[in-house]
Amino acid sequence: MNMMNRTLSRKLLRSMCGISNPRLSFAQSAVNTVQGQKELIKSRELEKDELRPLYMDFQATTPMDPRVLDAMLPFQVNYYGNPHSRTHAYGWESESAVEKARKQVADLIGADPREIVFTSGATESNNMSIKGVARFYKAKKNHIITTQTEHKCVLDSCRIMEAEGFDVTYLPVKNNGLIDLKQLEETIRPDTSLVSIMTVNNEIGVKQPIKEIGHLCRSKNVFFHTDAAQAVGKIPVNVNDWKVDLMSISGHKIYGPKGVGALYVKRRPRVRIEPLLNGGGQERGLRSGTVPTPLAVGFGAACEIAQQELEYDYKRVTVLANRLVQKIMSEIPDVVMNGDPDQRYPGCINLSFAYVEGESLLMALKDVALSSGSACTSASLEPSYVLRAIGADEDLAHSSIRFGIGRFTTEEEVDFTVEKCIQQVKRLREMSPLWEMVQEGIDIKSIKWTQH
Amino acid sequence: MASCSRAQVISLYRMLMKESKQFPSYNYRTYALRRVKDGFRENLHVDNPKTLDVLLNQARENLALIKRQVSIGHLYSAQKTIVEKEPHL
Repeated sequence: MNMMNRTLSRKLLRSMCGISNPRLSFAQSAVNTVQGQKELIKSRELEKDELRPLYMDFQATTPMDPRVLDAMLPFQVNYYGNPHSRTHAYGWESESAVEKARKQVADLIGADPREIVFTSGATESNNMSIKGVARFYKAKKNHIITTQTEHKCVLDSCRIMEAEGFDVTYLPVKNNGLIDLKQLEETIRPDTSLVSIMTVNNEIGVKQPIKEIGHLCRSKNVFFHTDAAQAVGKIPVNVNDWKVDLMSISGHKIYGPKGVGALYVKRRPRVRIEPLLNGGGQERGLRSGTVPTPLAVGFGAACEIAQQELEYDYKRVTVLANRLVQKIMSEIPDVVMNGDPDQRYPGCINLSFAYVEGESLLMALKDVALSSGSACTSASLEPSYVLRAIGADEDLAHSSIRFGIGRFTTEEEVDFTVEKCIQQVKRLREMSPLWEMVQEGIDIKSIKWTQH
Repeated sequence: MASCSRAQVISLYRMLMKESKQFPSYNYRTYALRRVKDGFRENLHVDNPKTLDVLLNQARENLALIKRQVSIGHLYSAQKTIVEKEPHL
């Protein structure tokens, strides 16, 4: 079924190039509109009495768990000392809170507290690891390996490294979003210093075989960094089992505060990093700057809660995700799920609806907060590079929507979303001349597009 | 031990549910109600008095937490979400 859709849309795309047939102006103009106009969905604030949309965008960010806020508030009100002040009670209580938080983070990933460095988020952690490791080992090692589906901050850091003279290989991914281990093994050279592959992709939810990659890298003596922002607290993570050397964690993806994250840096065998931020030598000299106590405490609390609730949340999210996908796929045809159906985190579902334009579907689903692709790429108008990397056709990539399910999602919300989605997709397809043709049984491949 | 009596457990449960219903935010409210119910159901057959003590203390702390967070929610309330059919009491 999926194969047929792919061939169909590929033929369609090819035939769409260079047509002036007015019947197809919808499809062509849809593409043109996306490329020409700045923004179809205008941003505006909600009216006072307007009902809030449902939040189904858990990959972009997550609401703070009330337990996290409760842990943070005392440090915003009364315990406001600087954790690096060594001479008074304000400093001591703040420091002990930060160390407690450090232990909570370390326990979640199976690390030692001394291996955790608090940062301002996963983006900073990613920057630190890639630039730090590459620059430190510059003398002997010059090669970095990453994938085409990484987060923008990783790709951009690698681009900067290329400008500094490093050699970067962007590994392609298979159609299901997973990397080919054999290909990775072949790409590793004697002068490779770092391999960076994310654990769970934020756009399609695919889970990479991190344990195998970690063992491979350890056997070849190459440092392995993984961006686990979407994975930590959602699937069991153990840095020692997986033989990971560096791991980036983000606070606001696990129901913690925004503006804090962590970097796990292995101590045995030691990974040396050239620090990005220089100064007073805080965080073992790796990241100078006052550690934001309330944020770190909130982050620690979020990690502890995530560890306790991991199984419960995972079961629930799986049930809800299956419900959503089954209901949608049984009611409307020509829906493709991007990414491997098994090796994935169930809470991130990326569906492509053929013959429907993504932005118009999002506009139609105005009562549900969704996104097509990731927040960091939605500013530009190109279809997501992740979908392009997994080989999705242009038009299917344009019509993709990402559904995020999290700890606070209810069955009601899923049902509402599914109902609205089915309703709007059917309505948009009714208006589509391409859909009309497909329904009439016209074989789009056999149409001869003539110029008038 | 008095703290392990069935009546105490039930009264704690009722108080937790009552407080959780007060959350102004739809998501927090539904989560709290669901989690409290599932949490108590999960530990239905715990016999060991020490474990019971620990669990009940956790429940009491959570009750205080919920009360605090409910007041914060009321202080900074926002509009209701689209799936809330009736106004919550």
